[in-house]
Amino acid sequence: MARLAQLQQRAALLAHQFYFRNSVVDAFRKKENDAAVTIQSWYRGCKVRTYIRYLHRVATVIQKWWRSYLGKKCYQRKIKLAYHDMKMNIYNAMAVRIQKQWRGYKIRKYCFNYYCFKAYLRAISETNDAVREALDEFAEMKEREEKKADLEREERKRDYEARKMHYLLSTKQIPGVYNSPFRINPDPWELRLQNAKPLTPPRPKARRKRVHHLESWLACTSTRSFPRTHILPPINRKQCQGPFRDISEVLAQRYKPLEPTLRVAEPITTLKEARNEFRKWDSAKNVQENIFLPFSSYHKNRKYIPSMHLSSKYGSGHRFRDENPAKWIGGKDFQTILPSFGLFSSYGKLYSKAGHIL
Amino acid sequence: MSLLRPLLLDVVPTIQQTAALALGRLANYNDDLAEAVVKGDILPQLVYSLAEQNRFYKKAAAFVLRAVAKHSPQLAQAIVDCGALDTLVICLEDFDPGVKEAAAWALGYIARHNSELSQAVVDAGAVPLLVLCIQEPEIALKRIAASDLSDISKHSPELAQTVVDAGAIAHLAQMILNPDAKLKRQVLSALSQIAKHSVDLAEMVVEAEIFPVVLTCLKDKDEYVKKNASTLIREIAKHTPELSQLIVNAGGVAAVIDCIGSCKGNIRLPGIMMLGYVAAHSENLAMAVIISKGVPQLSVCLSEEPEDHIKAATAWALAQIGRHTPEHARAVAVTNILPVLLSLYMSPESSEDLQVKASA
Repeated sequence: MARLAQLQQRAALLAHQFYFRNSVVDAFRKKENDAAVTIQSWYRGCKVRTYIRYLHRVATVIQKWWRSYLGKKCYQRKIKLAYHDMKMNIYNAMAVRIQKQWRGYKIRKYCFNYYCFKAYLRAISETNDAVREALDEFAEMKEREEKKADLEREERKRDYEARKMHYLLSTKQIPGVYNSPFRINPDPWELRLQNAKPLTPPRPKARRKRVHHLESWLACTSTRSFPRTHILPPINRKQCQGPFRDISEVLAQRYKPLEPTLRVAEPITTLKEARNEFRKWDSAKNVQENIFLPFSSYHKNRKYIPSMHLSSKYGSGHRFRDENPAKWIGGKDFQTILPSFGLFSSYGKLYSKAGHIL
Repeated sequence: MSLLRPLLLDVVPTIQQTAALALGRLANYNDDLAEAVVKGDILPQLVYSLAEQNRFYKKAAAFVLRAVAKHSPQLAQAIVDCGALDTLVICLEDFDPGVKEAAAWALGYIARHNSELSQAVVDAGAVPLLVLCIQEPEIALKRIAASDLSDISKHSPELAQTVVDAGAIAHLAQMILNPDAKLKRQVLSALSQIAKHSVDLAEMVVEAEIFPVVLTCLKDKDEYVKKNASTLIREIAKHTPELSQLIVNAGGVAAVIDCIGSCKGNIRLPGIMMLGYVAAHSENLAMAVIISKGVPQLSVCLSEEPEDHIKAATAWALAQIGRHTPEHARAVAVTNILPVLLSLYMSPESSEDLQVKASA
């Protein structure tokens, strides 16, 4: 029991001690707990950080590889393009070389041959020279011809003057104008005058032969005219032996005017011509040429309906005065113009006195 | 006019002819008088009696028509309206060459004014008869017929084609060799009016074998023959390079250059233009002009000529020669013409046209 008391005594102390030691421990426990927590948190933090770091590293590696992959891809594409460009440039350059050669060849061979052109220009200048020469010759020839014509004209004029002045020729007795005795040689005009034929005065111009119409025959004969020939009859022709008829009778007989028959004197179409002339004279009096149309034609607006006889094919168009050449027997129409007979045309014009009333 | 009109209806033919002649002379003098003749209603009577009377009356009546028609297109239209064309064409078929000449002259004056009147003349059927007239032996008739064809074909390509279809080119080409100067003038003018419209017509003219005969016309004494010949060559050369090449190969360029050298004034103008056209087609042809000694001649022209339009044409021709390659430009520059061109450009007196051409 002592022990118990002791222990009880101690128990209170123990309790205190227990509490104190626990609280001391508690005091430290918190600190230690905190410390442990701190340590643990730190450690956990380190772990996490390491893990994160690890993750970062890994992610970096992945990204690195991915980026390198992308970069390489891009680079390859670029290289491909650059390669393509380079190839195309080379091709272009080569094509230009070929084209250069070809174009030069083509122009030289087909389009513009320098030597050919030079030869052409030389040919042109030669042609020009030839043409110029030919034209000069032509002009010269023309001038020569003109001069010759002028000279000839002068010559003819002088000849004509010499012919007019032929009476100035010198005779044996009287020296002429151009043959002065004080000259050594006669003037050249003298020779010209000697060679000139005397000019006869101009004859009255032969009247132009007029066309003789039938009507003018009666009016134009002159009873005293002789037939004119170009040459006169020779002078020493033997005279015709007489006796001769009375000259007035001969002329009257020779130049008896034409007495045409009725058939010849009047044209067959006299009536038509007379009508035409009458119409012409009438129309000359007109003020204007349009004929005066009657007003009755204003009513004529009905269409003409032909009768049955005329509108059928059979026996139609058969009018009284129609001609049908197919039905003629001899192939010719009736003669309307008959030849005239000359029974009455020679009335009073014959020498015989038959039928005259004495 | 009221006194003359009844005289036209007189019985005696001589009075009719003299009255017609008097009317013709009156109308010839002045266009007011010609209008009075038209207003006096004399033309229908003339036309009506033209068909029937003798050749002196026909000549006088055709003279009246010609005198009226020459003044203005309205008067010519008045003549066409009264139906004179048919009668004139009938006169062209007459035997007397004087009547034909008078009728052809009247038709020519009618056709000269504008293309409608020319078309009316062609529709009346005048062209084949004119081609027949050209073949007649009388020189005056040939001249008038050639000038008629020239007046008809100058208005439009269709009219020129009508003239060509009537077979005129062969006869005109033959007549180039005729020695009469006035006839050559008209013939060359007719051919150039035909050739100017289109390439086909120009080719047809060339096929009639006028080269190198035309070059002899460039050496003729008469100035207008030279002018018309160079006009003809110009109208042919301006269409295509092939035609210009043909002319160059025939030596035409040298002949034209000589012709330019021998003329003065307006006669030179077609020749200068021809050189410009030839050189404009291609550089080979320009080189051909250069070696034919064209550039010195053109520079002489430019320095000598007083008139502005000729100088403008010369400046244009030089520009056409020099513009192709540096070689050509060098050839132009060698003749020391550039200072002259510059002075023309700067000078206040030259016309605008000249300045524009000089700056080219």
